[in-house]
Amino acid sequence: MDRILPKVPARSVSITDPWLWKMAWRDSRRSRRRLFLFMSAIVLGIAALVAINSFGDNLSASVDEQARELLGADLVLTYNKTLNKKTEAFLNTISPERSNEVAFPSMVFFPRSGGVRLSQVKALEGRFPYYGEWEVQPSAAVARFRKAGKTGERIALVDDALLVQLNARPGDSVKVGSLMFLVAGRVMKTPGQTAVTTTVAPTVFLPYAQLPETGLLQRGSRVTYRSYFQFDPGTNVDAYIKTFASRLDKAGINYDTVTERKEQTGRAFTDLTRFLNLVAFVALLLGCVGVASAVHLYVKEKIASVAVLRCIGASGRQAFLIYLIQTSLMGLMGAVLGAALGSIVQLILPEVFGSFLPIDVTVTVSWKAVAQGVGTGLVIAVLFALLPLLVIRKVSPLRTLRTSYEEDVTGRDPLRWAVYGAIVLAITGFAYWQIRDWKMALGFTLGLATAFGVLTGLGRLLMFLVRRFFPVSWSYIWRQSLANLYRPQNQTLILVISIGLGAFLIATLYLTQTLLLSRVQLSASGGQPNMVLFDIQNEQKAGVQQLVQSHRLPVVQSVPVVTMRLAEVNGRTVEAIQKDTSSKIPDWALTREYRVTYRDALIDSEKLATGKAQSLRNQTALISVEKGYLDRMRLKLGDTLTFNVQGALIPTVVGGTREVDWNRVQTNFLIVFPNGVLEQAPQFHVLMTRVRDTQQSAAFQRDLVRRYPNVSAIDLGLILRTIDDILEKVSFVIRFMALFSIVTGLLVLSSSVVISKYQRIQESVLLRTLGASRRQILLISLIEYMLLGLLAAFSGIVLSVFGTWGLAYFVFEIPFVPDFTPLLVVAAVVTALTILIGLFNSRGVLVRPPLEVLRAEV
Amino acid sequence: MSILRAENLTKTYQSGGRTLTVLNDVSFELQPGDTFSIVGPSGSGKTTLLGLCAGLDRASSGSVYLNDIKLDTLSEDERAAVRNQYVGFIFQNFQLLPTLTALENVMVPLELRGEKKAGRTAQELLERVGLGQRGHHYPTQLSGGEQQRVSLARAFANRPKILFADEPTGNLDTDTSANVVDLIFELNREAGTTLVLVTHDLELASRTQRIIRIKGGHVVSDTYTESTADLRSGQ
Ligand SMILES: Nc1ncnc2c1ncn2[C@@H]1O[C@H](COP(=O)(O)OP(=O)(O)O)[C@@H](O)[C@H]1O
Ligand SMILES: [Mg+2]
Repeated sequence: MDRILPKVPARSVSITDPWLWKMAWRDSRRSRRRLFLFMSAIVLGIAALVAINSFGDNLSASVDEQARELLGADLVLTYNKTLNKKTEAFLNTISPERSNEVAFPSMVFFPRSGGVRLSQVKALEGRFPYYGEWEVQPSAAVARFRKAGKTGERIALVDDALLVQLNARPGDSVKVGSLMFLVAGRVMKTPGQTAVTTTVAPTVFLPYAQLPETGLLQRGSRVTYRSYFQFDPGTNVDAYIKTFASRLDKAGINYDTVTERKEQTGRAFTDLTRFLNLVAFVALLLGCVGVASAVHLYVKEKIASVAVLRCIGASGRQAFLIYLIQTSLMGLMGAVLGAALGSIVQLILPEVFGSFLPIDVTVTVSWKAVAQGVGTGLVIAVLFALLPLLVIRKVSPLRTLRTSYEEDVTGRDPLRWAVYGAIVLAITGFAYWQIRDWKMALGFTLGLATAFGVLTGLGRLLMFLVRRFFPVSWSYIWRQSLANLYRPQNQTLILVISIGLGAFLIATLYLTQTLLLSRVQLSASGGQPNMVLFDIQNEQKAGVQQLVQSHRLPVVQSVPVVTMRLAEVNGRTVEAIQKDTSSKIPDWALTREYRVTYRDALIDSEKLATGKAQSLRNQTALISVEKGYLDRMRLKLGDTLTFNVQGALIPTVVGGTREVDWNRVQTNFLIVFPNGVLEQAPQFHVLMTRVRDTQQSAAFQRDLVRRYPNVSAIDLGLILRTIDDILEKVSFVIRFMALFSIVTGLLVLSSSVVISKYQRIQESVLLRTLGASRRQILLISLIEYMLLGLLAAFSGIVLSVFGTWGLAYFVFEIPFVPDFTPLLVVAAVVTALTILIGLFNSRGVLVRPPLEVLRAEV
Repeated sequence: MSILRAENLTKTYQSGGRTLTVLNDVSFELQPGDTFSIVGPSGSGKTTLLGLCAGLDRASSGSVYLNDIKLDTLSEDERAAVRNQYVGFIFQNFQLLPTLTALENVMVPLELRGEKKAGRTAQELLERVGLGQRGHHYPTQLSGGEQQRVSLARAFANRPKILFADEPTGNLDTDTSANVVDLIFELNREAGTTLVLVTHDLELASRTQRIIRIKGGHVVSDTYTESTADLRSGQ
């Protein structure tokens, strides 16, 4: 008999085969709702991505549109010394429309409310802001303020934040320096200022003409001068400025144009949106892990059908493609839904980011962001779904004849590793796309993998411990609930990972916030000073000391401060070094104003690192510098530094380095001179004291501002409050983003409850047939979800405690003592949510009578 | 020319370090149109043999020729194509796709071959098995007997040269069984299909022309029944 070669029709299976789509559609009919629930896990991740990206797009569009309002003028010049006549005259030629501002910190005092605090004082003349609205209540106050220079009316406009904090209101008077001003208006918003900047430095605006009378412009005060210019419409600002830019540079004047400010702002917000994108991406990945686990169970359920298809003659590829199409389509639906949700969520983002925004953002749908979000989400979700789907290719048709012998279909499959590789690549690629730095992108992937790995490990460990020490003596209900955590096809691990990661994000956020605060609070402990008085003039020194003592406050430290600039390093002038491109000395170190003190000994917040403490030897000043400063300046012991002290050049030799504990409220100095050099130089004094409480602090500050209006006081309480305020604002944004992860975790929980529903129904029916009451079954589920929630929350919190500890130890270098009460609250909330979602999704199991349940199809 | 030829089929499993020989040197040959049954006690290797003959599994040694195509050297996907072309299946537990309607279940093999009028052909087949009105029902909405009739319609949909049935009545009650069995033989006769029937029901087996008895993986007897003798002499 002749052997005919197989007449096997050559079938090329391609994804475009309409039959595959038809089968995918038909097969999904009975499980569409369930499939959609699996895919819904990616909805929030994509929503977050789309929202952030849309917002970013809208923001940059708004920045472009309102760029001039960021600055309030076409050109802003900034300098910190009064200009000579020639330069001043030159500035007047730049444009006829010019406004001037003098800004400096000073104490302000509201006699009616008794409120007093260090604030920013800005004396302003001219019609600034030229662009954008200066929002002042009542709005007529602006015109009144601008005329005050001529009318001589003593009025001030005060930032809303300051009025609220000091319990003051328009109509009150405010004392600035030695003058009283009437608060004529409440400043809601100044162009270019954000809520955060006003939190750090709330401002009192004064008429420029009245500034001299306040008596505040003395030597030593840190004054910033600004000139604002408006040009004729149509002026090419950048080209115009080029014509005199070098002249400004020479005079030590910084300039800022709309183009530059726009770029800066744009860059800052691009960085922000990129960072938030990564946070959103974590939510997406969480969802994808959920998708993978749901699809895994789904595929297990479908294996019998696949075997039949194979038996009838479908190829492995065909069967695989049917389910790939199915999951991808559901993923697409999830992605589209996510994009829609994201576009809605972005409407509220301007509120969320409000305190950081210098401009109003107009929100519109950004199709680019939608496309990016849908694309990213779909690719990642399908990659994750591929892991369990690959198994389908290997299902043997033999299963139709024999279901009892479960061969291991999840065995080694080289494609699996390819998919893992693709996932890692996709994650790293996305991270790179956001941060444009391969090292950081890899770090992100690695960090993520670590978090997942640790959570998996913790989940496994906890499961192992429960199993190992199974409480045999406990009641049936408890034992059954515990045993449910190990039921075949349990989702325990996946839930521990997804919910745990959410809990981790929230807990870490909280711990880091308290960590940062405790770093500041630390310095308040013991007998450490907690209030600093500065700008004390020579002749005021004795009087201020007396005042301090009359309030029964200690003078912990009193140091003289001399301001100076660097003139030469090892004989080379600063200008020469600046021009030398090969020099590695940073610019700021060359041009900054140094605040220097003089004494022969070290104080207790300092330690000698190398060389000797500062001293005078043969008329040469041997100074000591901070250890890090020596490195940054590329100096070594014995090098010479020449300083310019108000025109007088003083040569010094670097004699030693000090280690400084910057964590203390202390006047710490980069550079310390020995006694005997600077005594005659113009100087002011800084005094440190310790107040017991806010009342004492306020009483003292009121007295101080009355007697010595030019002396500024800053207390630790104020710093703490400010930091707390800012952290609050930052963490609100991050908490908002973490919310997406948490809710994604809950969605994963929902889908895993639904997918195991059939199993649960059968169990529950069995139990009820055996005589269990509905209450008992409810209790079993309740305890099961409680254990699951606790397990997840616990894993997340443990991870976050270690993470924050690492942060404290390696980054902030401070001891970390976690406060467990709020962590317990996080655990309780996460657990409660888990129970709620779990029971909500299994309600059908409990409510229906056994018989009906048996007949019902799932 | 034979439709199915088994040459020295041996199947062994490795379990727990020991080799379990489930089929031992089984050979036989079937001509087109033959009806054939494999009988034997539970665990004797009937299903294993069927699986090998249908190309669902590979033998440890020996060869299977289906319509003169040597199956052992084909890949799983090539064997799937062969099955789609030449083979029909009936299972003990029906094995309908639960997510598809009766009609769609019957359509699948046709559509896999790229047939144009799959819907109409499937509907005719459903009518032939007496379920013309039930096409839009899902398997769970059908009784066991009805499900098995749908699976019959599906098995004959691609006009197979050979039909494999593994205990087709194992999950049915006596009356329903009789119905289904009659239908199998009727359709088989009409289409001239070769029938390979696995059963432990000797009465059912006796309706085929030839019976192989296996026990512990060995063929213990290979007999032609009365009906065969009649048929043979008639030819
Ligand atoms: N994958 C396998 N691994 C080990 N033993 C198997 C496997 N598949 C079948 N067997 C064994 O092969 C023998 C024959 O099984 P089977 O062909 O199903 O018998 P029958 O269909 O005659 O009842 C049985 O003893 C069974 O335990
Ligand atoms: Mg069998």
